[in-house]
Amino acid sequence: MRSPTFFVVVVAVAVLVFVAARLFGSDYAFFAGYVVLQYVVIATAWNILGGYTGYVNFGSSAFFAMGAYTAVVLYKTSPLPLPAVVLIGGIVSGIVGLGMGYLTLRLRGAFFAIATLAMLVVLETVIVNWDYVGGGRGTYVIRPQSVALFGDYIQYLVAIMLTLCVVAIVAARLIERSQLGYGFATIRDDELAAEASGVPTLRLKLIATTLSGAFMGMAGAPFPYYITYIQPSSAFALDYSVNAIAMPMIGGTTSWLGPLIGAVLLGTLQQTASVTLSPTVNLFIVGVLLIVFVVMAPDGILGLGRVVQTWWRK
Amino acid sequence: MSELLTIDSLSKHFGGFVALDRVSLAVNAGERVGLIGPNGSGKSTLVNCICGALQNEDGTVHFDGRRMDGLLAHQRTRLGLARTFQLPRPFVSVTVAENLRIPLLYTVNARPGARLADAAIERRCEDLLSLVGLAGKAAERPTNLTQIEMRKLELARAMATEPKLLIADEAMAGLSHSEVDEIVGLLLRLNTEQGITIILIEHIMSAVMRFSQRLIVLVSGEKIADGAPKEVVSNPDVERAYLG
Amino acid sequence: MFYELLINAIVAGVLLGGFYVAVTLGLSISFGILDIVNIAHPAFVVLGAYVVFVLHSEFGLDPILASVLMTPLFYALGAAIYQTYFISFERRGQSAQTALRGLAFFFGLLFVTEVGLILVFGVDYRFVSAPYIGPTLRLGAIDFPMRLVVPCVMSLALFAALQLFLSRTFMGRAIMAVSQDALALRLMGASPTRIKRIAFAISIATASMAGAFLIIIQPIEPSAGRVFIGRAFAICVLGGMGSLPGTVIAGMLLGVFESLTATFGGPSWAPAVSFGFLLLTLAVRPTGLLGR
Repeated sequence: MRSPTFFVVVVAVAVLVFVAARLFGSDYAFFAGYVVLQYVVIATAWNILGGYTGYVNFGSSAFFAMGAYTAVVLYKTSPLPLPAVVLIGGIVSGIVGLGMGYLTLRLRGAFFAIATLAMLVVLETVIVNWDYVGGGRGTYVIRPQSVALFGDYIQYLVAIMLTLCVVAIVAARLIERSQLGYGFATIRDDELAAEASGVPTLRLKLIATTLSGAFMGMAGAPFPYYITYIQPSSAFALDYSVNAIAMPMIGGTTSWLGPLIGAVLLGTLQQTASVTLSPTVNLFIVGVLLIVFVVMAPDGILGLGRVVQTWWRK
Repeated sequence: MSELLTIDSLSKHFGGFVALDRVSLAVNAGERVGLIGPNGSGKSTLVNCICGALQNEDGTVHFDGRRMDGLLAHQRTRLGLARTFQLPRPFVSVTVAENLRIPLLYTVNARPGARLADAAIERRCEDLLSLVGLAGKAAERPTNLTQIEMRKLELARAMATEPKLLIADEAMAGLSHSEVDEIVGLLLRLNTEQGITIILIEHIMSAVMRFSQRLIVLVSGEKIADGAPKEVVSNPDVERAYLG
Repeated sequence: MFYELLINAIVAGVLLGGFYVAVTLGLSISFGILDIVNIAHPAFVVLGAYVVFVLHSEFGLDPILASVLMTPLFYALGAAIYQTYFISFERRGQSAQTALRGLAFFFGLLFVTEVGLILVFGVDYRFVSAPYIGPTLRLGAIDFPMRLVVPCVMSLALFAALQLFLSRTFMGRAIMAVSQDALALRLMGASPTRIKRIAFAISIATASMAGAFLIIIQPIEPSAGRVFIGRAFAICVLGGMGSLPGTVIAGMLLGVFESLTATFGGPSWAPAVSFGFLLLTLAVRPTGLLGR
């Protein structure tokens, strides 16, 4: 499928989803759906770095939270329309990704992964100590009652998140099929050979971390408006880091479809489990699923699908 | 003839271990140079330092009139310095043909001047595959190739960068007699027909003698001989250290 | 007054650093020597602390004694984890894909352990009591809290024991050798897999004892391991990846730095110190102080 066609299809699906939600869905559907959509963006973003180049980011929560806290700062200093906040959140997180990448990407992949975890704690500590945004106690963000065209504010938030999903998925697919995508694949396969073939590995890795961070930041920017009371413990929650890894790995890391499948499946599962069981049990299940898949089905659901396909053809 | 590659007092150590000790050598444009030495003598370290996979501590590398200090490996490749790896390192998540597309996209198209269009790149890939005898394997995954096919792919990938100097690092290890001849023939053609300067690093003496115009011997990080193959081979030091 | 504050901060830092060494020793083996990125190691330390807590509250056992009794169990756990890791990842050969999955595997273990502890014990703080936890030895102007001194001393004893094991015994030397040349080992008739499994199992066994030290020093809750991830890796890298003596020096250094930051800058900044240390070390000198 050619890229412009794909774009139209994805937009059409997104619009359909939104319209269906408005017609048949409840308020709850919007609130739960927002979280699932958020994870689609986060998982897709993670996969641009982790799946395509092979560099694992454990600190996804930090990029998400930087987007959220950028929104908090803007809310307190000079409130802007949400799309602008999202963009600025993306830029801030992108810069953080660039900086962190610059510090650590010349090292082996394992060190990079640990550094992302380190960065997560450092950033959380900084925010906890920053009273302007509420420090450890947190702060309120007042959500407007309604917005023109959309009615309830939550529907507006969902619409924004759907737009981000479209952008993220289309971008991921574009990258996959481009020269950049080839470059990423060589980094994943063999960095030494990539350099010997003329691939500027450091530059490409920096592009990947920046893009990945930026998308996560954009996903985080509306979060304060969604949750209305924001604390470091909720913005920096390890849930985001684990899910950012689990969803693409369970869905399949080789294409844009994997994170989407993983996010929708795991996200819906978690929303259900959180309500019927408990948020903690839900997290436990995610962790177990991650381990099980990584050990037994390392290519994820996409990989299993391919196996079934090959078996079916015989 | 002009010097294409000049190495001056190159030294490299790993902790306390001296891998290369003030190695100096020069390669002229269009030459065929053989580099031999026992295992662990520093041949691969030398290649890594020349190509930028490792940074040397002392000494300089000049290629095509430019200092290579501080240049990253991909920058040196773009300047015309290509190498193969001792153990083939193909890109496993793409096809054989795409393995060649990548150096074309990232090296040839990154050089100043006209960029190759998609169709031209396709053709180059096909031509290269035919040249090394892998024409039927374009859509295969590298993991499905045989040993010699993988080594041919290594060579083809290096050739795809359109190099001025190609360093073939033990490209023939583990191959049969006829397969060795095939590769030697291929390298000879590259040199005589396309003028590519080649440094051949090998243990297979028959291939080295057949191929080289000049022979350099490396032992324990030091260069102990450098000259015409027949003379070098009958040098008593070389016999003692390597051949004997 | 300032001088008194300073000297006490340094002493506390050294003592605390000694404990950090106990946490990191296992990681020096799994990450430094075996090249396995076990970021779940601090979670196992916390698990050890909880096991000690249970034995102490149920049977009244002394924490350190309890942890020693538990080391065989943790050893078995380590062996089981290594087997899974080996079959799933190491055997399939090294590539970026397997490295990624290995990391994800241990991240999953970290998470499952922490959340599992929350499910079983809840998020309240737990602590133990022992005759050496309360008192403080006073020498002049300097305080020596026994709850810091005992773990520090025991940590150094653990280090000495491990160092002797690695340098004097056959198995210990085999472990050091397997990290450098698995092929040579195979030629000698030893199985590299078995040796690595033993080494990894030992690293998890140390977590049991480090857990006892942890709960002696401070009350614990399930996510206590998180701050230690940065500390342990910072110390491991700074100490030179697999050099146990280097780990001791780096551990004490970090402990002092943290203590000074907490005393003069405020305790809420302490977590950032170790992670900042780590980032700095990685950026500037990845081979560490005594690196190879």
